[in-house]
Amino acid sequence: MRALLAACLLLAMTVAAPAVEPREKLPDPAQEARARDISSGLRCLVCQNESIDDSGAELAHDIRVFVRERIAAGDNNRQVVDAVVSRYGSFVLLKPPVEPATYLLWFGPPVLVLIGLAGTFVWVSRRRATATAAEPAPLSAEEQRRLQGLLEDQDR
Amino acid sequence: MTRALFLLPLLLFAVVAGYFFTALRPSHDTRELPSALLDKPAPAFDLAGLGSDKRLTLDGLKGRPSVINFFASWCAPCRIEHPVLMRLAKQDKVAIYGISYKDKSEASTNFLTTLGDPYRQVGLDPDGRTGLNFGVYGVPETYVLDGNGVIRKRFVGPLSAEAVDRELLPLLKKLGAS
Amino acid sequence: MITEIGHFSLVLALFVALAQASVPLVGAARRNLGWMEVGRSCALMQFVLIGLAMLALMHAYMGSDFSVINVAANSHTDKPLLYKITGVWGNHEGSMLLWVFMLSLCSAAVALFSSNLPPALRARVLAVQGMIAIGFLLFILFTSNPFLRTFPPPPNGNGLNPVLQDPGLAFHPPFLYLGYVGFSVAFAFAVAALIDGRVDAAWARWVRPWTLASWCALTIGIAMGSWWAYYTLGWGGWWFWDPVENASLMPWLAGTALIHSSIVVEKRDTLKSWTILLAIMTFSLSLVGTFLVRSGVLTSVHSFASDPARGTFILLLLIAAIGGSLTLYAIRAPALKGGGLFAPISREGSLVLNNVLLSCGCATVFLGTLYPLFLDAMGGPKLSVGFPFFNRTFVPMMVPMIIALGVGPLLAWKRGDLIGALQRLWVAYIITGLVLLVAFYVTNGGPVLAVLGLGLAAWLAVAVLTELADRLKLFRIPFNDSVKRAVNLPRAAYGMSLAHFGLAVSVAGFSASAWDREAIEIVPIGGSVALAGYELRLDSVDRVPGSNFIADQATVRVTSGGAPVALMHPSRRFFTLQKQTTSETAIRTNLLSDLYVALGESDTAGNWTLRVYWKPLVPWIWIGCVIMAAGGMVSLSDRRWRVGVARKTRVAPGAVPVAGE
Repeated sequence: MRALLAACLLLAMTVAAPAVEPREKLPDPAQEARARDISSGLRCLVCQNESIDDSGAELAHDIRVFVRERIAAGDNNRQVVDAVVSRYGSFVLLKPPVEPATYLLWFGPPVLVLIGLAGTFVWVSRRRATATAAEPAPLSAEEQRRLQGLLEDQDR
Repeated sequence: MTRALFLLPLLLFAVVAGYFFTALRPSHDTRELPSALLDKPAPAFDLAGLGSDKRLTLDGLKGRPSVINFFASWCAPCRIEHPVLMRLAKQDKVAIYGISYKDKSEASTNFLTTLGDPYRQVGLDPDGRTGLNFGVYGVPETYVLDGNGVIRKRFVGPLSAEAVDRELLPLLKKLGAS
Repeated sequence: MITEIGHFSLVLALFVALAQASVPLVGAARRNLGWMEVGRSCALMQFVLIGLAMLALMHAYMGSDFSVINVAANSHTDKPLLYKITGVWGNHEGSMLLWVFMLSLCSAAVALFSSNLPPALRARVLAVQGMIAIGFLLFILFTSNPFLRTFPPPPNGNGLNPVLQDPGLAFHPPFLYLGYVGFSVAFAFAVAALIDGRVDAAWARWVRPWTLASWCALTIGIAMGSWWAYYTLGWGGWWFWDPVENASLMPWLAGTALIHSSIVVEKRDTLKSWTILLAIMTFSLSLVGTFLVRSGVLTSVHSFASDPARGTFILLLLIAAIGGSLTLYAIRAPALKGGGLFAPISREGSLVLNNVLLSCGCATVFLGTLYPLFLDAMGGPKLSVGFPFFNRTFVPMMVPMIIALGVGPLLAWKRGDLIGALQRLWVAYIITGLVLLVAFYVTNGGPVLAVLGLGLAAWLAVAVLTELADRLKLFRIPFNDSVKRAVNLPRAAYGMSLAHFGLAVSVAGFSASAWDREAIEIVPIGGSVALAGYELRLDSVDRVPGSNFIADQATVRVTSGGAPVALMHPSRRFFTLQKQTTSETAIRTNLLSDLYVALGESDTAGNWTLRVYWKPLVPWIWIGCVIMAAGGMVSLSDRRWRVGVARKTRVAPGAVPVAGE
């Protein structure tokens, strides 16, 4: 239930005016597309992991308008994002920046996969190695032939 | 060696549980964000004054430490914080400026006449743009500026009497407010 | 009076749980059968008692007894009856009661359907279940008691959060909880095996049905939650990598890994200590999820009950359950010796790869969810970890897994023939290639990753079918013989194919969201919006009274090239009591795409904001989940798991023998 029940409390605030409003939109479709792109990466500060593009919160609306104004004024995407970050901090970025504080976050998962794969490979091959050492040696060609003969005898 | 490997899950869990304990400590509030503008010059503003023709500008504040309080008549926590501001105003240690955030001027006037006016001057920010420039993400928020107009502290949410005594007043003393 | 009976039975259930947690354990240690059997009667009794408590609370809700604080805080006389009932778990206290109810349901099921278990194992499993019950019953009675009274009773209640007044509330929480709590059985089995010091194929066979059943419930629960978000949100989002969602995804990932690793234990008698660890972790993650949501350590906008006392209590429970079981694990697991050997390229090898990637995926979700919290506790900067992080870390792990998933089932146990398997998949190459080309062409080279996602889905789907055809020797032996093989194929094999096929369907649904189209416009009555070949005309907006709300209901006439398609009725509901507005979207699906309409606000001139979305393949996301869960059920119905027959399975004389799966 949490998954949604909880998400619902958040909805309670959002549904009244969900996401982008027609009046906010920029006349130029290319600029509007950029605005949408930028907005989807900015967190609505008062929401939980929701971007300002998806949120109906008042603050999200303000930032969406701000983003569009900057775009209309000729800022490039980076400048727009920087302008928002300079006001609200890197907390607004849904994609956390790669910096020493987030090395564990960003490099942890791939390193974990590598360790996992290498670990299992070592485990599998080591077990096989110890087991083959313990097992009786495979039959020699001569023994093989004798075994074959015995089996055939039995069949007869 | 292999035995140590079997201890690993337990150790990892101990670390995680330790973090959970720190996260649960009562003073901890995950929702409170530090201001991105801390120790940076406050963004310039030039706002129409409430009940006077005099505009509220950043330059007008400079020269000595000041407190800027974003409030609104529609905000319930602002009413909770109001007596604290009134008390601070009475102490007369610092000039408190109000910025009425996304509010109608009549509503703000009404709010201040009913509850009392702790502000030296009030500016109107009807579209919330000054708030946005300050990085306000909810009202009330309170900023402490030094004499050069640099933001030295931000309080998110209603200012408590405790926060005033323990943090705000000592900070003002340090900044040299009379 | 009835409320007091409920309260009293909950207290009684605590004492029964105390007995359940201790007596059978002592019995198992002393080999006293009578003592061991106490566990079964305790489990059944607990189920009855907690069931009574549940019914008592429901009764209070149905009769709007506002002298009960919980009812007053969350209900209202005007609320429709269905929501009075579902409202029982629409709040913290009630949902915790549902949690222990599900736990007692699982315990009772173990007590009833485990006649084939050795009595000592059963006794220990039930004792562990009893311990978990003690913890949560204490939690409810001391921090979250739904039966507390108030005097004088308020004239009416505060009502339910309008967003929860939705049929979704009736089904989503029970399924999700059944999934979470169901994993406690696997956990209990793991702990019992550690106490016993023995894990073998029989153990794996006993645990498997319980894991499968919980996994199915959790799959359905998560899918329903996602679908609920989709249709209530007003813009059609279905997954947000929200901490609360992640809390349900983590046990699902771990549980999926557990289902697969327990196959290896059963068939090849190896991966034992890993499987035990997974069983512990799966339930632990369910508990961690409960903690995260209930304690409010995450940004607390979300959780409806954040109270430090509750958080501390759950944390202590967590430490007792997880810390205790992991300590036991550290002591006893090294003694578990693995049996069967296998080459890296083999069925076992592929299952191990699946486990590595699923576990790493789970760890990634864990890291992403908790990292902001950790960093904050360390005094580091505040940051957000949102969808871009998960798209860049979690998704790349799942892609190789799905690719490998196409090949894995074609590999033999012990030592597989990779080249042979790859050769048998030639149809899959052709179809995947075709899908890639067509998708690329149709979408004008649209987002490359989405095109690749569709290719991935096609690859998996065809590979699954190839594997099934391979088993039936379709087209290689006379058709009638293939049919015979099909009849005799174990259900578990069909279950596997179905579940994997379902995943392919969902993957297609996920990928296609890149081609969503939208039109958000202000239209007057009689105005229209055009999107994706449809013309949507806003015929009227009428004010319609509802049970406890007033609705503005729009009539939107949808046409395509002049031909009528549908009438859609999106509406906005204003809940007078809570002074909140919710949006009721209208969705028309043709199973290939959804047309999604939400009604926005109106301006003073009487124009309305219409949000129209066209979402290709989006229904496949949930259809795929349903297929996955159905696969789990089919596998569950395999006769091998049935009570008593487990050891007697034999091929009927005359039947075509079928190679094991």
